[in-house]
Amino acid sequence: MERRTLLGRLTWQLGEVVATRPETPRTKSITLALPNWMGHRAGQHVDVRLTAEDGYQAERSYSIASPPEEQPRVTLTVERLDDGEVSPYLTDELRVGDRLELRGPIGGYFVWEMPVGGPLLLVAGGSGIVPLMAMLRHRAAIGSTVPTRLLYSSRSLEDIIYHEELRRLDEANLMLEVVHTLTRAQPDGWTGYARRIDADMLREVAWPADQHPLVFICGPTPFVETAAASLVTLGCEPAHIKTERFGPTGER
Amino acid sequence: MEYKLDGNAAAGILQAIFPFEMTMAQITCTGCGTTMAMGATAAYMHGMGTVLRCPISDTVLIRVAHIRGRYFLDMRGVRVLQISEEG
Repeated sequence: MERRTLLGRLTWQLGEVVATRPETPRTKSITLALPNWMGHRAGQHVDVRLTAEDGYQAERSYSIASPPEEQPRVTLTVERLDDGEVSPYLTDELRVGDRLELRGPIGGYFVWEMPVGGPLLLVAGGSGIVPLMAMLRHRAAIGSTVPTRLLYSSRSLEDIIYHEELRRLDEANLMLEVVHTLTRAQPDGWTGYARRIDADMLREVAWPADQHPLVFICGPTPFVETAAASLVTLGCEPAHIKTERFGPTGER
Repeated sequence: MEYKLDGNAAAGILQAIFPFEMTMAQITCTGCGTTMAMGATAAYMHGMGTVLRCPISDTVLIRVAHIRGRYFLDMRGVRVLQISEEG
């Protein structure tokens, strides 16, 4: 297993946009070529900095969606927040060939790689799927057979990010199970969950506590707190539950 | 307005100050003596900076801000900071 030794202080670097792709009506993936990229691990994030003509700067954190195997290309998936300072620029204005200032990779706590093991329970709310997708893509790229379940809450079918890719990953790997819940609108004939995440749902989907699952939860703050508290009541060890909350300032 | 996030949210600014990955750094809280990973703390993001609090005792562990080219770091709630060279 590759081990980086000293990371050094983070500095800002420029990446060039080499591709953009709409994922859902409100999210877009942005792929950057980063000549000075030192490599990342699945689950890490970057800080993006925009500078206005008058010198005003705004920084936001975005999770990396792509697995380490694709470096030095790095893909972020950004959700457009209508009143956001940064995300509308990234989703609406940024074009292939543009340059973007960022620093990273950041974080080592909310990271999954082979030695971390499993079984894995990934719990995503909305764009909280992004760092968990990096883990699933990395898991597939290295051929891991760690038993993994993803519980993914979206507002509606069209709001499911990476829907088709998740379906393919789910079909291709017997050790992976993807479970969706749609909280606001369900298509005709929907047989999946149709409510916000709760303890009953987690009891049905999560690995039993005696299997000592490793849990990664990412989503809006209330979502993460509900999921984490429910899992603790079901007997999961708090030390095995890693959370990444995002709020309006986080703009993950 | 402030938003409760995780210590991970302060990792960028902390790694701009310290030459290490900081979310795995272990912090011992002066308030309750608990030792935890920075990533497991609670982070509150304000316009002026970030406050990390102990998830057990709510003690303010760290305040950090970057204002006009200067880092401000207040570590009042940290009794011991352990950083692994391995990152």
